[in-house]
Amino acid sequence: MTASATPLSYLRFLRRVVVLAFSGTWRFYAWMTVLTAIALVGLNAWGHQLQHGMRVTDLSDHVSWGLYIANFTFGVGLAAGAVMMVIPAYLYDDHDMHDVVIIGELLAISAIVVCLGFIVVDMGRPDRMWHIVPGIGRFHWPVSMLTWDVLVLNGYLLLNLHIAGYLMYQRYLGRAPRKRWYLPFVFLSIFWAISIHTVTAFLYQGLGGRPFWNSALLAPRFLATAFISGPAFVIVLLEVVRWSGRLTFGDGPIRTLSQIMRVTVLLNLFMLGSELFTALYTGGAHSAAVKYLFFGSHGKHALVPYIWTAVVLNVASAVLLYLPRSRTDKRWLLAACGCAFLGVYLEKGMGLIVPGFVPSTLHELVEYTPTVTEWKVTAGIWALGLLVLTVAIKVGLAVWTGRVRA
Amino acid sequence: MSAPTRRVALKVVGATLGAGAFAYAGQPVAQWAADLSLDEVLRKHYKELSPEELAQILRRLEAETKETYGVEVRIEDTPAQEGVSFGYALNLRACIGCRKCAEACHQENNHDRRTNNSYIRVLEMEQGSFDMERGTVDYDHAVPAPGKFYMPVQCHQCDDAPCVKVCPVEATWKEKDGIVVVDYDWCIGCRYCEAACPYHARRFNWQRPEIPADEINPDQGYLSNRIRPQGVVEKCTFCLHRTRRGLLPACLEACPTGARVFGNMLDPDSEIRWVLEHKRVYVLKEELGTRPRFFYFFDE
Ligand code: SF4
Ligand code: SF4
Repeated sequence: MTASATPLSYLRFLRRVVVLAFSGTWRFYAWMTVLTAIALVGLNAWGHQLQHGMRVTDLSDHVSWGLYIANFTFGVGLAAGAVMMVIPAYLYDDHDMHDVVIIGELLAISAIVVCLGFIVVDMGRPDRMWHIVPGIGRFHWPVSMLTWDVLVLNGYLLLNLHIAGYLMYQRYLGRAPRKRWYLPFVFLSIFWAISIHTVTAFLYQGLGGRPFWNSALLAPRFLATAFISGPAFVIVLLEVVRWSGRLTFGDGPIRTLSQIMRVTVLLNLFMLGSELFTALYTGGAHSAAVKYLFFGSHGKHALVPYIWTAVVLNVASAVLLYLPRSRTDKRWLLAACGCAFLGVYLEKGMGLIVPGFVPSTLHELVEYTPTVTEWKVTAGIWALGLLVLTVAIKVGLAVWTGRVRA
Repeated sequence: MSAPTRRVALKVVGATLGAGAFAYAGQPVAQWAADLSLDEVLRKHYKELSPEELAQILRRLEAETKETYGVEVRIEDTPAQEGVSFGYALNLRACIGCRKCAEACHQENNHDRRTNNSYIRVLEMEQGSFDMERGTVDYDHAVPAPGKFYMPVQCHQCDDAPCVKVCPVEATWKEKDGIVVVDYDWCIGCRYCEAACPYHARRFNWQRPEIPADEINPDQGYLSNRIRPQGVVEKCTFCLHRTRRGLLPACLEACPTGARVFGNMLDPDSEIRWVLEHKRVYVLKEELGTRPRFFYFFDE
């Protein structure tokens, strides 16, 4: 049965989607309530930061970016990593992956929401946000890498909204999607996914005054870690979806994703080793930050626990992924994904941003430890992201599996 | 109560609690938004302002300062002078590390008192080494200490300034006379420039500056020492509100040893020109290609 698509039917579609988003089992309500509560705690903390200024954080003129930008960077990786479902599904015609690829697109959307959230809370003057809007503000493009980031992140968001929205609406109408309305965008989004993480790496990589970041290896490492954290998160997500009984699919997608991770975890460890060698064997300015990060310096070691936890988790995930058990036993694979996700979070977050500032450009050692306010805001934004993801997947799957149709 | 009524009642209670939680949590954000001045939020970029609009803004800022800090101030916007290109040089042999310059900057530029902010940091360096890693800014003893020399660092007004390059909204730029300025009313507070500057020259206003009324310097420049709003970046401007009117920077006037030389590099008779032509000057981190206008030299 095909229904005709009129503006009215689209509105009806939207209404049904909204209704669907707010009804469910008590488990669904409980989950949504907890997330909303955390998001509200974050909102409140952010309000205090706006009123009293960013002195409520532990940031300083020495360490001027911290937890927020760390989470932002990691979030971009997560968004880019979702493309590891799109590539097999569309470039290699992996039919099993095709059945679940919508989940990757919805994850990309939610991750970008998280990234934008972290940018907003890091700004001293969010009231002047419009200054960075092309056309009405003063967009310092193409010189400032940050303007590139604005373009690629928002572009990626729009691309994925279009692709996911179009495919779902056609499913709802019971029609076969027309290739020319989505396929070009899918290919564009693959290229775009690579670009968001490359441009984000260039933000840091292009700063000559920060030897820790000023390495050509930064962008490749960003991509490698994105292709760890993205697939790791998706594997867990697929298992949750399977457990919820809303979608049945074969083991193909999970097998493909864990294969990808088996390559990228090693690649990442290899590049880390290469960077460590350059820094420690050469010595000099570049090594000061690396030494501080891994071993502490002049009696200051705030980052040492972060980075060693990250290293242990990254190595553990590599070992787990290569154990034959992880191919047969889901729990081992999930443990590997958990380790990989957390390991990258620590390494690509605090372990990457803060050492860029310690020691400072005049070689002062000022440390940074996030305050409770910063953690509250951070938790709030992740809760918001999970809210978006939950609703998107709930609605998405209902439409995808034909439970809701015109 | 029958089951459906109970469910409705539960929903009503839930909705009320939920709405209360939203209102409570959102209150600080709402309050912050209510305190914003619409004039300021919707203002045009500095370079697009007509002289009348600029004058209006200056008067508004004066009124706001009066309201917030209880002081009459005069905020002017002196443009760059034709045929002037500023340069600064510092004689490291003469500097004794007394930090009088940093103190003068603190007062002249209406810095936050709580953090004792200043645009100048003085490094105590080990004799025989230019490795800043072996220097310190936290020295706390009689100066000059034996075996040490002192190196004050402030904004170098780079000709190829990384801070200007990275700013996403053109809130910071280089003026004709070489000074890199920030429009505090346009900056979005992303602090990208602070990450980009290789000389630790930029500062962020982590809160609204606290300054007692009787310590406020009322002679203020729009692009320099007026009291900065919360949440924006600031930096040294070679005291342009003074130097563009023929005065010397406050840090130079405060220096007891005459270590500092400032002037117009285009003027063949200026002292700065003489130093640049006759002394072996160098710049910090020359390899980064920032092309500073702040020079160091050693001279008896
Ligand atoms: S010293 Fe720093 S703040 Fe000053 S112009 Fe150079 S990069 Fe910009
Ligand atoms: S903090 Fe302000 S001046 Fe600095 S880069 Fe951001 S918007 Fe530009």
